[in-house]
Amino acid sequence: MRTLSGAANDSMIEARNLSMVYPDGTEALRDLNLVIHRGASCSIIGPSGCGKTTLLFILAGLLKPTKGQVLLDAREIVSPTRGVALILQDYGLFPWKTVYENVALGLKLQGVRKRERRAIVMSLLKELGLSEFANHYPKQLSGGMQQRVGFARALALKPEILLMDEPLSSLDALTRETLQNFLLALWKNNGMTMVLVTHSIEEAVFLGREIIVLSRRPGHVVKIVENFNAGDENYRSKEAFFAKCREVRMSIEHGAI
Amino acid sequence: MPRGKDEHRTWSYIIAGLLLLIVWHLASLILDSPALPAPLTVFYALIDRMRTDLYLHLLISALRVIYGIALAGSLAVPLGLSTYNNRFDRIIAPIVYLLYPIPHIVFLPLIILLFGIGDLSKIILIAIIVFFQILVTTRDEARNISSNYIFSMLSLGATPMDIYRHVILPACLPAILTAMRISVGTAIAVLFFVESFATQRGLGYLIMYSWSMMDYPALYASIVAMALLGFSLYLILECVERKLCAWVYL
Repeated sequence: MRTLSGAANDSMIEARNLSMVYPDGTEALRDLNLVIHRGASCSIIGPSGCGKTTLLFILAGLLKPTKGQVLLDAREIVSPTRGVALILQDYGLFPWKTVYENVALGLKLQGVRKRERRAIVMSLLKELGLSEFANHYPKQLSGGMQQRVGFARALALKPEILLMDEPLSSLDALTRETLQNFLLALWKNNGMTMVLVTHSIEEAVFLGREIIVLSRRPGHVVKIVENFNAGDENYRSKEAFFAKCREVRMSIEHGAI
Repeated sequence: MPRGKDEHRTWSYIIAGLLLLIVWHLASLILDSPALPAPLTVFYALIDRMRTDLYLHLLISALRVIYGIALAGSLAVPLGLSTYNNRFDRIIAPIVYLLYPIPHIVFLPLIILLFGIGDLSKIILIAIIVFFQILVTTRDEARNISSNYIFSMLSLGATPMDIYRHVILPACLPAILTAMRISVGTAIAVLFFVESFATQRGLGYLIMYSWSMMDYPALYASIVAMALLGFSLYLILECVERKLCAWVYL
């Protein structure tokens, strides 16, 4: 069962009083508190430049907050951990590595043996419909296919948490919907915890059972919009979907004041 | 990889070569001086000299250039790549940019004092000049790597060594090989300079010697041999670049 209001020990990621001030004086986050439960699908949205990416990088253990801490299963995160995968919008794939090499890289770095690596990567590529492109370079693939390779690379390590920074924002509308459906299926079938940073209200509502609305910089949580209807491919065309989008839009505008 | 493109390139090289020969031939007809023999005369001289001693001079010159470039590359590439790290860059960058604009050929007396007048000092002088060209290019490239690549690597659990191996080196490799290819021209120019004194071997020596003996066909044969040396090194490096950096040429 996926419920929003799990018991306190059900929380997987917990951000406590996060503040982030960059060396150049930019204050990205101020006193941000956040709880993400195991198996949740959570969208993070807010006005542009609100520190969404900063928050995600802190959750991934790539940036150290100036104040506060992030707990993963009650342990403080100070560096990237294997259970947490990060997917970036662009440049995530290495243009000098083939599709196969890109997907296999994480496993290679973790010291997984060649034969085992090959089995995992090939089955993953097959699952994502990329088998025949194993020896292509990213440049030879379309944007949607490149992003699927990015997903494959993150999934190869069998993460429990998938952190995504606007993974679909540079794709055309149709490819985007296909990949949104793909992410939805991934979440439903694998019991994964997903955190998606997006600037698209529709995407946030379609994919997130919880929508975390951030304020303008310095970012903090303005509101958490509950969205129990997410999780169905047909949600997009329902009246409830549009109502939810309006609600989220209002929250963003409210936070932007 | 479309075959047509490569064939097209080969043909344009052949046509350019023929054009050069025609201009040379016409010039020799117009000047009508022993100081500019016709290409065919030079060609016969080249074949003739190759049978006796030219190949030996060519081999020695080739080794001096190759060792020079290899020595420069083996120092400049790791140093350039290390500037990806801000701490190293803060030390290396100012030194490089202070020394780079100096004509490095002025180090000649110092090098001869330290390393004598043998092959070693010739190789070192070639290496010093090429070193800076490769280092500056490598550094510029290493400083321009998108931080998203690094974040991706870190989130996959990479160590700093992994990052150098899987990101910094492959990202800089095309620029490094291009810099080495361009440095061939410089290296040959320096080669001629260092071989024009204190040696009796090498193409530079042969050129100076033939000149003093007014043996013009031999002079031009040596020049052609030097040109061929440069051209083949250039081609070899281009092949290596196409092989190792196939992803750039898609």
